[in-house]
Amino acid sequence: MLDFKDILATQDMIDKRHLDIRTITMGISLLDCAHEDVNECARRIYDKITRRAENLVKVGQDIEWEFGIPIVNKRISVTPIALVGNACKTDSYVPLAIAMDKAAKECGVNFIGGFSALVQKGCTKGDWILMDSIPEAMQATELVCSSVNVGSTKAGINMDAVAKMGGIIKKTAELTADNDGLGCGKLVVFANAVEDNPFMAGAFHGVGEPECELNVGVSGPGVVYHALQSVKGQPFDVVAETIKKTAFRITRMGQMVGVEAGKRLNMPFGIVDLSLAPTPAVGDSVARILEEMGLEVCGTHGTTAALALLNDAVKKGGVMASNHVGGLSGAFIPVSEDEGMIAAAQSGVLTLDKLEAMTCVCSVGLDMIAVPGDTSAATISAIIADEAAIGMVNSKTTAVRIIPAPGKTVGDMVEMGGLLGSAPVMPVHPESAVDFIARGGRIPAPLQSLKN
Amino acid sequence: MKAIVTVIGEDRVGIIAGVCVDLAAFNVNVLDISQTVMQGYFTMMMVVDVSNATCPVAELAQKLDEKGKEMNLSIRLQREEIFQAMHRV
Repeated sequence: MLDFKDILATQDMIDKRHLDIRTITMGISLLDCAHEDVNECARRIYDKITRRAENLVKVGQDIEWEFGIPIVNKRISVTPIALVGNACKTDSYVPLAIAMDKAAKECGVNFIGGFSALVQKGCTKGDWILMDSIPEAMQATELVCSSVNVGSTKAGINMDAVAKMGGIIKKTAELTADNDGLGCGKLVVFANAVEDNPFMAGAFHGVGEPECELNVGVSGPGVVYHALQSVKGQPFDVVAETIKKTAFRITRMGQMVGVEAGKRLNMPFGIVDLSLAPTPAVGDSVARILEEMGLEVCGTHGTTAALALLNDAVKKGGVMASNHVGGLSGAFIPVSEDEGMIAAAQSGVLTLDKLEAMTCVCSVGLDMIAVPGDTSAATISAIIADEAAIGMVNSKTTAVRIIPAPGKTVGDMVEMGGLLGSAPVMPVHPESAVDFIARGGRIPAPLQSLKN
Repeated sequence: MKAIVTVIGEDRVGIIAGVCVDLAAFNVNVLDISQTVMQGYFTMMMVVDVSNATCPVAELAQKLDEKGKEMNLSIRLQREEIFQAMHRV
């Protein structure tokens, strides 16, 4: 028999602590949409997505009502378009991005990911075309997200692609200058990208995945924050245990919703991504959790240790609650999407260098960071190279989602709006990395033993 | 299929009657009721069987939500599995 207290506790988490399912993301393989005529390929992409994801939003809404749990986002991820488009005799994949955008709107989802290329070891013709198409694709579409994987622990770092992406990010910012460089908010550069990530902007449906599947991203920074308020001043053993218990509950809910949604959509349930994903709403912040542990402001000394504990405890609590865990699974630290991170960055305590250190111990990387509009392409490439190196050496996913906001300087705010939030422009080091980036080639894969 | 109905609001005459009339209209059987008054707020939990309900559960939950707004109460119907998942290993 269920306890009255447990029922009210669940409702309290939903009503007051922002507990929700952050996203259900349908992964769809588009490998069978390849065609040498780019317009025919686009038509096939549109048809397949709209056919497969026809009921996604309806099923999501039904589950929200039946179980009384909000599912904030319904999304789609597809096979990296560089693979699908490779057969096309064309020099631009923008028509394919437009087809994705149209299909996403038809299905009623709020993002579609997979305008992507995997180039960790080298680039095919299709990969180059895809990268060159990104700025225009981000300008011409609203819902399409793009990602490029430039490095991995097994392959090393493709520095030609790193150099290329610095310029692509700059160009994307310029083409979407009217919206503060919004296009860059939908573009992420990865190392060790995962194939079943349900979170945007980095979601794509990897080649090792089935024809179609449903992945779930849970969230609940507000719930963890609230739980920690009840253990003020107690040792870290207690802190870790409290986070684990909370993560367990959140993840069990995600698992249940994922299985239920998969059943109704007649496709396999893939994974639960055990991430703590913040939103700009007050009370839904990862930074505030770190501060609750005893830090005056997120970004001060001790922040990396606090984040390491949080990230590990979330995984330990979540892993037993789900029969398949995957995706990025960890705490996210997107600056613009986290009210506490925004405040910490505005106060100058949270810097780019500290964020880089934090990415060594948590999920993903330098995420949703605004830098001055006059930041050079080489500097952006160098930031990408640093993050990719952290991911490569530590066998983890890292990423860079950075917005060189046109016309903005340090201290200005960049307004992305909606889910993407707003970010203060943060300073970068002015010293040049031009000659470093100009070398090109590959950074070899690292040694996996003799670790020190 | 079981669901949990929770009703929270200011205590007054006819809350249980109002909710039960609606549930009966949709052929929902009430299996158990417990209620209490917490800090002046009427708080009720019902375990109900929705297997033979005359409309889909999602629709039923929406209708009860609307009814709650009319009566100035929070009325929520949620399938039991969510609580089982979160609070029972």
